[in-house]
Amino acid sequence: MENKVKRNLPDDLMKELDLKPFETSKAGNPTVQRVAPKVRVTEGQNKVVDSLDDVIKNNLKDGVTISFHHHFRNGDFAFNTVMKKIIDMGYKDLTLAPSSLTGVMNDTVIEAIKKGVITNITSSGMRGSLGEFVSKGGLKNPVIFRSHGNRARSIEDGEIKIDVAFLGVPNADPAGNANGQEGDAVFGSLGYALMDAAYADKVVLLTDNIVSYPNTPASIKQDQVDYVVKVDKIGDPDKIGSGATRFTKDPKELKIAQMVNQVIVNSPYYKDGFSFQTGSGGAALAVTRYLRQAMIDDGIKASFAVGGITKPMCDLLEEGLINKLMDVQDFDKGSAASMAKNKNQQEIDASWYADPHNKGAVVNNLDVSILSALQIDTDFNVNVMTGSDGVIRGAVGGHQDSAAGAKMTIITAPLVRGRNATVVPKVETVVTPGESIDVLVTERGIAINPKRQDLIDTLSKVPGLKIVDIKDLQAQAEKQVGVPKPLEYTDRTVALVEYRDGTIIDAIKQVKD
Amino acid sequence: MTYVKNRLRRTMMFVPGNNPAMIKDAGIYGADSIMLDLEDSVSLTEKDAARLLVYEAIKTVDFGGAEVVVRVNGQDTPFYDEDVKAMVKAGVDVIRLPKTESAAMIQKLVKDVEKWEAEFGIEKGSIGVMAAIESAKGVLHAPEIAESTPLMMGLAVSGEDYTADMHTKRYPDGRELEFARNMVLQAARAADVYAFDTVFSNMKDTEGFYRETNYIHELGYDGKSLVNPRQIAMVNKVFNPSKEEIEEAQNVEAAIAEAKAKGSGVISMNGKMVDKPVVEKATRVLETAKASNLIDEEGNYIGE
Repeated sequence: MENKVKRNLPDDLMKELDLKPFETSKAGNPTVQRVAPKVRVTEGQNKVVDSLDDVIKNNLKDGVTISFHHHFRNGDFAFNTVMKKIIDMGYKDLTLAPSSLTGVMNDTVIEAIKKGVITNITSSGMRGSLGEFVSKGGLKNPVIFRSHGNRARSIEDGEIKIDVAFLGVPNADPAGNANGQEGDAVFGSLGYALMDAAYADKVVLLTDNIVSYPNTPASIKQDQVDYVVKVDKIGDPDKIGSGATRFTKDPKELKIAQMVNQVIVNSPYYKDGFSFQTGSGGAALAVTRYLRQAMIDDGIKASFAVGGITKPMCDLLEEGLINKLMDVQDFDKGSAASMAKNKNQQEIDASWYADPHNKGAVVNNLDVSILSALQIDTDFNVNVMTGSDGVIRGAVGGHQDSAAGAKMTIITAPLVRGRNATVVPKVETVVTPGESIDVLVTERGIAINPKRQDLIDTLSKVPGLKIVDIKDLQAQAEKQVGVPKPLEYTDRTVALVEYRDGTIIDAIKQVKD
Repeated sequence: MTYVKNRLRRTMMFVPGNNPAMIKDAGIYGADSIMLDLEDSVSLTEKDAARLLVYEAIKTVDFGGAEVVVRVNGQDTPFYDEDVKAMVKAGVDVIRLPKTESAAMIQKLVKDVEKWEAEFGIEKGSIGVMAAIESAKGVLHAPEIAESTPLMMGLAVSGEDYTADMHTKRYPDGRELEFARNMVLQAARAADVYAFDTVFSNMKDTEGFYRETNYIHELGYDGKSLVNPRQIAMVNKVFNPSKEEIEEAQNVEAAIAEAKAKGSGVISMNGKMVDKPVVEKATRVLETAKASNLIDEEGNYIGE
């Protein structure tokens, strides 16, 4: 069957898994029934245990769903510590449902798949050897990719039923109160893990730092926690996030950032009290810098910024240019440290951040969102999941959520990367539908979605802004790098990309060797 | 592409002729002129490859409306002839001759260009030339060099080679370049060609860059050679006319229009006659204001 963004979906799988094709980015006003976790009642003064083996033995059985968070990113010790034991203990047929998978987890996941320990995966994304392994058909059942908001929704709606959540934290008291802000391996916001803590039947904290009761601020609360496992070391602080954020010197990234800034300050949304989201890439960070100068010059302040937070955004908070940071995740050491110091850097969970099926997520209050793309096509559909070779090497992240919520979503991308066009006739994988994208900024010009005639009218009047048709950008890219041979896939589906409401926006096929 | 004698030339950005990624993107930064280099930035082993690359680039890459200049290898090198031939065939706007020390050198270049224009069926005079002044001899001969051909686009001071020739080096205050800068500028103005200042390569010293650019702007230079696209906006900022200058120029423009409407040969403003240099200055100011987006379509001032 074909969905609304003209992607062919595998009929058999859609039927077997009872899935619906993507229709619209509008969530509407459905009434949804949420689920609640099972609770094993305890008095729970002291939940500290030494034996992770016992915890696993007493709580896991074949076929259950386990989860992890990815806030430690490549400094994560929790995942491998737990998964290696599970592999050694010979469990089978588990579903792995982490908030995302980082490179440091790849080898273990591949081993677990090969040994039949893991047979299903849902994640925001995957990269490197694991992405390649899955793309080449290494996992029998298709991976389900979900955005951060969609994962929250799926957990609340019971589509992801987590039996046991293993959550690494840099501190916890014996009763299970924990946060991400103090200890050796701090990462700041626990945003994604808060869903697991609230909805998993069993919540296991792992920490190398047991502190005295009561531990505050308690992001994860004692009433949610079953066990606190003491480990030697929970993470490598140097690999959690980049240290001091360095601004890019790449003149092309700076040029794109400058153009993005021009789009923002000349848009109707740029006024006192506006809000924005940026990513962590070179161009996104540079946008923050240009925007800062513009806000100072124009005497404009933002009410909030949201998302993955970076140090430059914390600096704006300190300077009083942003009132609040709504923080679901911290990308660097600076912003992780800032959360503990600044009460206006508010930790938010993934549902509050971006869930389409709640009573209003933060992304819905967003004015401007600046997002990146591996590819964008002439219908403004964006791919952040598969590379030009068709191999999985990305993550949905908050891309769909932020794009759907923001009043103006800006995609930044160079026209070509190396020998690959970024602006293409048809993206390899649709992750975010073009209907939720408003502006594309490349170094060769700015394309505006035709449905935003208002923005076309406003921005065309700005001297120096080169507004072009996205088809012209695509043609320019093609002129530079030519037309690539179409990628070859087998008929087998290796992954399904859900839209944030759980419908299927695209299927990823196995690449031919 | 065809050579245009008079145009805005505030920024001339150097791009190494052997770097495809930089050449491909050279047109996106808004430089008035782009100088693709076959000389100093290309090692001996890459001379042929760079020439081919630059040739193909001129024929295919969109340089965003910038003037395309190529610095060929010097006349004392075995690469000069092939460089000139390839660039004429590619249809470059301007050929820049390094280490120019006499009018004869430029006249040889023009002769060579004309030979290849004839060979490839290109209209004579389609390609301009410019001279890089890089030695004491070159500075002293600047007036004859500037007047050596009607195809002369301009003169450029090259500070590194010149200071070496003068047994000195570059200093932050630029006093060592004072004579050369003034000599070259005088020669350029007397011959009615453009004058370009030398590069400033320390990207970390923003203050020094502004100091030097302000200084050469005050002297009367048309533009500056650049090594990094990030310097373009800085030069433009210095060269931007003020709001008052723009309004004055607009008044002159209005007076011209009024005189035309009346069929009068005499342009007058506030009861005074407007002479030619004033008209020319007004044209320059408005051209720069438009290029820097300081005025909108209706001519309203929108700068900061």
